[in-house]
Amino acid sequence: MLTTSLVIGLVLGGTYALAALGLTMQYGVSRIMNLAYGEFVIVAAFATFVLVSTLDLDPLLSLLLVGPAAFIASYVIYAVLMAPLVKRSQKGGSLEIDSILVTFGLLFLIQGILLVIFGADFQSYSYLNVPLNLFGVIIAANQVLAFGLAMFLGVGLFLLIKFTRWGLILRAVAQRPENAPLVAINVDRVAQLAFAFGGMLAAQAGVVISMFQTFTATAGVVFTMKALIVVIMGGVGNFLGALLAGLILGLVEAFVSAYLDPGLTLASTYLIFLVLLLWRPQGLFGKSVS
Amino acid sequence: MKMSIKFSLFAGLVGLLGFAPLVFEDYGLGLMIGIVSYAILAQAWSLFSGPTRYISLATVAFYGVGAYVVAVLNEDLAYPLILLVAVGIGLVMSLAVGIATLRLAGVYFVIFSFGLAELVRQLITWYEVNITGTLGRYIFLPFEAQHIYWMLLVLAAITFGIAWWIKNSRTGMALRVIGEDEVVASHVGINITRTKLLLFAISASIMTLVGAIQAPRWVYIEPSIVFNPTVSFLTVIMALLGGPHRLLGPIFGVIPLFLLFEWLSANFPNHYSILLGAVFILIVFLLPKGVLEFIDRFRLGGAAK
Repeated sequence: MLTTSLVIGLVLGGTYALAALGLTMQYGVSRIMNLAYGEFVIVAAFATFVLVSTLDLDPLLSLLLVGPAAFIASYVIYAVLMAPLVKRSQKGGSLEIDSILVTFGLLFLIQGILLVIFGADFQSYSYLNVPLNLFGVIIAANQVLAFGLAMFLGVGLFLLIKFTRWGLILRAVAQRPENAPLVAINVDRVAQLAFAFGGMLAAQAGVVISMFQTFTATAGVVFTMKALIVVIMGGVGNFLGALLAGLILGLVEAFVSAYLDPGLTLASTYLIFLVLLLWRPQGLFGKSVS
Repeated sequence: MKMSIKFSLFAGLVGLLGFAPLVFEDYGLGLMIGIVSYAILAQAWSLFSGPTRYISLATVAFYGVGAYVVAVLNEDLAYPLILLVAVGIGLVMSLAVGIATLRLAGVYFVIFSFGLAELVRQLITWYEVNITGTLGRYIFLPFEAQHIYWMLLVLAAITFGIAWWIKNSRTGMALRVIGEDEVVASHVGINITRTKLLLFAISASIMTLVGAIQAPRWVYIEPSIVFNPTVSFLTVIMALLGGPHRLLGPIFGVIPLFLLFEWLSANFPNHYSILLGAVFILIVFLLPKGVLEFIDRFRLGGAAK
């Protein structure tokens, strides 16, 4: 039971980490608190479901289709919905509050569209549903693949941010948005790209999740919550923190579900969140704010 | 003098509204109940969120708890006592949530309040399934629509009274300073946490009462019914449309939007969510400060931009 929980926790945690990386891009770099974030995850899961069940496409290939599509969609959404708010905030509005309200509207909009098309039922498709023996634990191959993918994408992105020039610019905007223009960084442009990139990561998390989990049109809210908690846990704008916090959350959920009660996983998530807010508001891996 | 005229007008209006059940049929009365309860929710929301600018998405957490208290106790206690218990629980819950989250920056509060209803729903569901063994509960109370309407009307009058009183008191002043700049507020000796906590608790207790009073209309309730996030959503959008820092703002937001959404849900039940989201986005873009502010600026001849 211990090893099973450990493996399941890591699989879950991997997808949370992936999702949280996207959100920390959107919130940490673009300053957009996207409450519709989980909807991007769910839309990607449904898109994969459609691609797999109608075109018989391999979910791995759909990753290559859905990811870039989400990038473009997020890029456009930023231009249409967020850019005017950013502009308004320079004249005394509040970007944080405005973005929360607008994306809250977006949440209902996307959820409504999904409900109209797919209804409220649970959806899933069967993919690589063969048992695999891993360290003496019998686990479905799709979960192992999901974990591998989440880790590959997450760590790959982390390396990209850590070691490329583009990553340096991102970190500059995340940490000192007011100083970034001094070194000729176009903050608006970086913000838009980061938002689009975040949307793409959300979609990739959605594709991965759809490989081993059932999902519904209304499940987005829970993903938003979890991604947010992971982001705060890791320290806003801290990419490595998000990665680690995602894994921790997944493990905690798996253990609570195995040893206490599956109905208490969300409650445990919240408990962690609350304790953390009171104890270290800057996050487990964040630097303390002076 | 002017004060007393305003007060008589207010009392007269409430009295007049009290006759509504004699005029309206069932459907009309149902609409009135909806409008009055959302007016209370929006006013209670504005009470705290208007001046502090903390966006609370937790309305339905308190509303749902109120309804649940009635469902649990309706066979064991006298009704007024049940309402008292409901307010008490709402108060304790809001204090607990407030102490935990109000010290923190705005966005953390938004996030926590966003998921609070979901958390309470899961905890109650877990408790009912594992401890009591049943999920749904029945409410058998001898109330008809007009009784519920009258109770809500009284609560509405009280809520508007509280809102007016706070606006004209030291606490209201303190709240506005906090909303403008917390650093300044602490320098002039305002106890920020205590003031916010007080307002949050009052606001949440009122929301709990609305849920408790409305509960008998459901007859059968279940966590997924009373913790419907749309209630929080509608409350925010109605308060914002009217303008949350104006005393009468909530009314101006509630009436048009309630009727609009009633019409939408009757005519486009499948596309309700989509339209709801679209209306919200439009309001944030077009009327960021609320419709009253917009009218004011228009009347004063300033450019309506």
